[in-house]
Amino acid sequence: MTSIRARRNLAKTGVIIGLIIGGLFAGLPVLWMLSTSFKANGEVFQNPPQLITKSFSLDAYTGILTNGVQLRFFANSYIVALSVTALTLLVAILAAYAFSRFTFPGRKTINAVIVSVQAVPPITLVIPYFGLVVALGLYNTYPGLILTHMVFTLPYAIIMTTAYLNTLPKELDESVKVDGGSSWTALWRILVPISVPGLIAVGVYTFMISWNEYLFALTLTRTDDMRTVPIGIQLLMGQHSYEWNQMMAMSILGSIPVLVLFLIFQRRFIGGLTSGAVKA
Amino acid sequence: MTTRIDRRTEPERVAPAAGRRAPRGIAQRLVPFGYLSPTVLLIVVLMIVPIIMVIGYSFQDNVIVTDDSEFAGLANYAKVLSDPDFLVALKNTAVFITVSMVAHLLLGLAFAMMLNSKLLSGVTKALFRIVYILPWLFTIAVIAVIWRLLLDPAGVLNYILQTLGVAQSAVDWLGDPDKALWVVTFANVWSGYPFFMISLLAGLQGIPGDLYEAASVDGAGPVQKFLAVTLPQLRPVIISMAVLDLIWTSQQFALIWMMTGGGPLNSTEMLSTFTYKQAFSEYEFSTAAAAAVVVLMLTMILAFFYVRTQRER
Repeated sequence: MTSIRARRNLAKTGVIIGLIIGGLFAGLPVLWMLSTSFKANGEVFQNPPQLITKSFSLDAYTGILTNGVQLRFFANSYIVALSVTALTLLVAILAAYAFSRFTFPGRKTINAVIVSVQAVPPITLVIPYFGLVVALGLYNTYPGLILTHMVFTLPYAIIMTTAYLNTLPKELDESVKVDGGSSWTALWRILVPISVPGLIAVGVYTFMISWNEYLFALTLTRTDDMRTVPIGIQLLMGQHSYEWNQMMAMSILGSIPVLVLFLIFQRRFIGGLTSGAVKA
Repeated sequence: MTTRIDRRTEPERVAPAAGRRAPRGIAQRLVPFGYLSPTVLLIVVLMIVPIIMVIGYSFQDNVIVTDDSEFAGLANYAKVLSDPDFLVALKNTAVFITVSMVAHLLLGLAFAMMLNSKLLSGVTKALFRIVYILPWLFTIAVIAVIWRLLLDPAGVLNYILQTLGVAQSAVDWLGDPDKALWVVTFANVWSGYPFFMISLLAGLQGIPGDLYEAASVDGAGPVQKFLAVTLPQLRPVIISMAVLDLIWTSQQFALIWMMTGGGPLNSTEMLSTFTYKQAFSEYEFSTAAAAAVVVLMLTMILAFFYVRTQRER
């Protein structure tokens, strides 16, 4: 017995040491970003490096939050990401309902197209998008960004939502139809309300994709009043000097929405994600 | 349209009712297409039309920037495929995606197995899981600036290496053409392994415990259990994650653009940065379109394998 216990303890110690090493690998860069955001810019590369310096302050954050240009980046990111999320959810629910509850000719083909859309490289699309968006007068506008972001968010949202609807028994919506209701009623009265947990996962993921998008935001917008947060972070790598502390503060402020959403919905989110990626 | 007919049984319906039900049947058949119409419309506008456009551009000269574009045959393709910078980008992309994928898989599997260990309490594992997922929650722009901060010649990594005596003097990680590709690959590994880890963790939790018990009865040790039970059980997840990762990593643009811009001396030039520069720095939209179509074809080959692995399951 004791030798088994000793071996278990040894194995446990080994796993804990492994976990700590991995945790340092994952966490230290993030910790350093946080620490730098509280420093004065002149102290960022002081030798020897210190986690917390004497000049510890929130100046970098107040610098960002009192600057109209930077605040505009945040407003733009929220406007775009929230619009993309709402529109994606709406379109995805309808499509997922068709895939989950109907058989129709072309079902497999359309599904295959949706799956493969995920693989089309953004760099291939950005060239015609640039032509299209300029031609349609959508260059440097919100609708131009919102529409183009949906090309990434929609396929995944449809696949995840379909997987979720497939877990719900068909009797639920059949019962509405037996009572004389249409499939439309069944969808919005019955299926959507009980799908809220799954839809939250889809929504969080959609928001993250749009919030983080970089290439289209870089090429399809031009002026500071249309730029989003990822581009704003890049713009802080300024022409004359690097404002490292402000860059890190902006990075943290820009990451907060995603971090908060993830921590709140962690379980549902991971569940939805793996069911989409692994089983879809 | 309201009806009680279960669509799946409808084709077997007998003829007599057909005359009266025909109009209703047609409308009924159109219902799913109604639900799909916004999706189909968006995919046509955002995917089919643009792909046709970019293929069209690739066979023309002077597109987008001027109005008098003319047919150029395969000239743009010849130009791109014989461009030494393009070939370097192709090679760099191959190294970048292969190394990233293998490292994502190994790290993801190692971390997932530690997080799945029965030796630790649930709270400990939940805490570590959040730390391990952290890198994945930051946007690529943030990943790029974090690593530029850490890797700066005056930065904390160089300080540590010099203090430990590993490096004699400060290393310019991103400024050295021999190192830059490995450094951006490392940053990509750091930011991308959690997605593998999450999926593999779900896969591990789905392996029935009695498989391990049976292996124990047969006298299998931990290594044999891993080889005989864990790996075969995870195989489908590993294969589809690997293909998906190759596709995603090949599309990586922001990380390279913000860390090195493809430099120094093209040492981190990828297909994505090469194409971007052709279009938006050189305004050579025709050659950019040809490069973009080549990238699309390479990706479609990977996507073909992805769809096939999905079908097999």
